[in-house]
Amino acid sequence: MHQTNTKYFYPYISPFDPCPPIVRKSYSTPPQLYMGFQPPNLAQFQTAKEALYCGTLWPAFHDPYPPKEGREDN
Amino acid sequence: MWYYEKKLQYPVRVRECNPRLAKYLIEQYGGADGELSAALRYLNQRYTIPNKVVGLLNDIGTEEFAHLEMIATMVYKLTKDATPEQMKAAGLATHYANHDNALFYHNSAGNPWTATYIASKGDPIADIYEDIAAEEKARATYQWIINLSDDPELNDSLKFLREREIIHSQRFREAAQILIDEKDQKQFF
Repeated sequence: MHQTNTKYFYPYISPFDPCPPIVRKSYSTPPQLYMGFQPPNLAQFQTAKEALYCGTLWPAFHDPYPPKEGREDN
Repeated sequence: MWYYEKKLQYPVRVRECNPRLAKYLIEQYGGADGELSAALRYLNQRYTIPNKVVGLLNDIGTEEFAHLEMIATMVYKLTKDATPEQMKAAGLATHYANHDNALFYHNSAGNPWTATYIASKGDPIADIYEDIAAEEKARATYQWIINLSDDPELNDSLKFLREREIIHSQRFREAAQILIDEKDQKQFF
């Protein structure tokens, strides 16, 4: 199953909105929403340093923030 | 009982004195979805939860105290040598009037921590679902603080803490499933 960890949406923009509109907004949908029970022998990071840096032993759970594709667009 | 290891779970580096950022971060110290609430919530619920998930609540509750300590270190470093003028400029004059530069368990709006932030319903499903929600709320709070912060080294530690919330949520989701699944039935994957 292909999963994205950021979802984007486009709120209605009124011609009378007082602030300059943010056209594209986003919210997080991190990996734990899709995993179910963690499968046995899930691949781990090669080094302990990487794991510490990412905050998890398993790349499958790593969710970078802010998202690479950006949080919002004007 | 606990054994104390005299180091942080993840290093905390702060680039500059920035009391305004400390004001935002205190949300994770004494706020409703903060680390103190999390630690006390889980360590309290573990007495009345089914045996299978007691250990999980014990371990995560303990780790939350390690996170609390990291947040405390960040807040302390951000305000350590801030002058009363700097505290005032950061909107912390009311904090300074009461506490000088000391830390206190309140949220970023200055409301003191209260036990009403945590729940223990005694119903295992209700409690575990509450815990999942608490982890997602804490994750979101970290996102909003990262969005507000312009200190890259501090953000590095905050991203670590955000990832831990994801893992905790995963474990609570698994715990919920353990409580829901029919006992003694074969598991097919």
